[in-house]
Amino acid sequence: MQIFKKKQYGVINLPKEEEKDLPVVPEGTWVKCNKCGKILYKKSLEENLNVCTNCNHYFRLGSYERLSLICDKGTFKEFNKNMASKNPMNFPKYETKIKANQEKSGNVEAVVTGECEIGGNKAIIAVMDSNFLMGSMGTVVGEKITLAIEEATKRKLPIIIFTASGGARMQEGILSLMQMAKISSALAKHNEAGLLYITVLTDPTTGGVTASFAMLGDIILAEPKALIGFAGRRVIEGTIKEKLPADFQSAEFLLEHGFVDNIVERKDLKRVLSTLLKLHKSKEV
Amino acid sequence: MAKKVKAWDRLTIARMIERPTTLDYIERIFTNFFELHGDRYFRDDKSIVGGIAALNNKPVTVIGIQKGKNLKENLERNFGCPNPDGYRKALRLMKQAEKFNRPILCFINTSGAYCGVEAEERGQGEAIARNLIEMARITVPIISIIIGEGGSGGALALACGDRVWMLENSVYSILSPEGFASILFKDPSKSQEVAEIMGITSYELLEKGVIEKIIKEPKGGAHKNIDLVAASIKDELINELKILESKTKDELLEERYNRFRKFS
Repeated sequence: MQIFKKKQYGVINLPKEEEKDLPVVPEGTWVKCNKCGKILYKKSLEENLNVCTNCNHYFRLGSYERLSLICDKGTFKEFNKNMASKNPMNFPKYETKIKANQEKSGNVEAVVTGECEIGGNKAIIAVMDSNFLMGSMGTVVGEKITLAIEEATKRKLPIIIFTASGGARMQEGILSLMQMAKISSALAKHNEAGLLYITVLTDPTTGGVTASFAMLGDIILAEPKALIGFAGRRVIEGTIKEKLPADFQSAEFLLEHGFVDNIVERKDLKRVLSTLLKLHKSKEV
Repeated sequence: MAKKVKAWDRLTIARMIERPTTLDYIERIFTNFFELHGDRYFRDDKSIVGGIAALNNKPVTVIGIQKGKNLKENLERNFGCPNPDGYRKALRLMKQAEKFNRPILCFINTSGAYCGVEAEERGQGEAIARNLIEMARITVPIISIIIGEGGSGGALALACGDRVWMLENSVYSILSPEGFASILFKDPSKSQEVAEIMGITSYELLEKGVIEKIIKEPKGGAHKNIDLVAASIKDELINELKILESKTKDELLEERYNRFRKFS
């Protein structure tokens, strides 16, 4: 009967002390809001267009996430998808950095460009991506945006650019600076042709991007609370030796000082863009 | 031989307090310079000077970033770091030059556009951006010369013309080597080292096609013989304007477009 006899002590695997309160959930189900710190259910966050359901903080969007919120389904056709950066200044380890950012962001570079329809209105669109080297502008970003503007001018279409960038890409040196002039020159031609250019400034829009195409829209929109400025906060604090107020260089600050036309909530952006495009179509259309 | 000089040594010369300023050159190159002040919106930014003058008896518009020669002057000139008002004044004078069909000559010497609270409030980014887009379509010749420091967007806002030249020991860069070292290497003490890889010297920029011409300086720097440097700038300007003024407006604008379009 020995075989039916119960062991005196059973063994159960208790979770280690620090782990035992954690619920077992698949990875990526929860996201922490980096503004209010609240843990959010990822699916509800996405349903809320990546705006925190607790504090209304706007999470930054990748280029393709943004495009799916703005473009009519199935209308987006990408231009120059595989144009990738070389290393024009022979900057040490730049190729490795680019590769790591391609893997991290799922993009080839820091901007995605193409054509689309928004509420049935045709437009050329460019969306920068802060997940790729902080959306910095080097030769490829400059070239893709310039080609998109030239295409818009050629086809007499409006262009919409979503900015999200820390500024010029340092690793490409002076060539990054030249992109500011190159893009602005292309915009000058688009402007001269009487075509509409809308910029949507998203968090963050700074440096050489602010000092070129971000501020050149016929209509400049911004997402709530987006950081928008020329010089970095720390640089200015270093210059004036003072702390800056929290709302300095926010979208609201720019609206107050007359540098953006309007602040539009993410949920309304598609509708607003569609209306603006419609209002700028020529009378016959 | 000239190429052997270290970038850091050229940068040091470009930043010397003795470095000749815009007004030093204006006085020697032009006659009848008459200064025009103010942006017509807010104030007169003294870090940018501008006006009308004669070059070899022909009217021109001259605009330049002005550094001081001592602390007192530098406080007045904001160390040659323009506010938005300065760029707006420059643009106003460029539009005026276009109206009266006279060429525009820009002298650049700045460590960068000013980074301050008021500069942000009045739209430093917008002011620079506006110059870039407007300069692309201005129908008179524009020649820009970097005479000392060419600091990033603050320099580019006056360097979007048909020709960009540099004095031999001047520098032109996306960021100062100090800033570059602290951002990319988290180590400001590496400034001297990074200056050598950033490609900031006139020779490196000529090779990359960022500038068209280098104006030679005497040994030790332009301050050793300002008259000589001013005379060669004057000769070069007279010659180049002959070429640029022979072009039709369409040719001029198309070539200016391609000048920047090529950076891909």
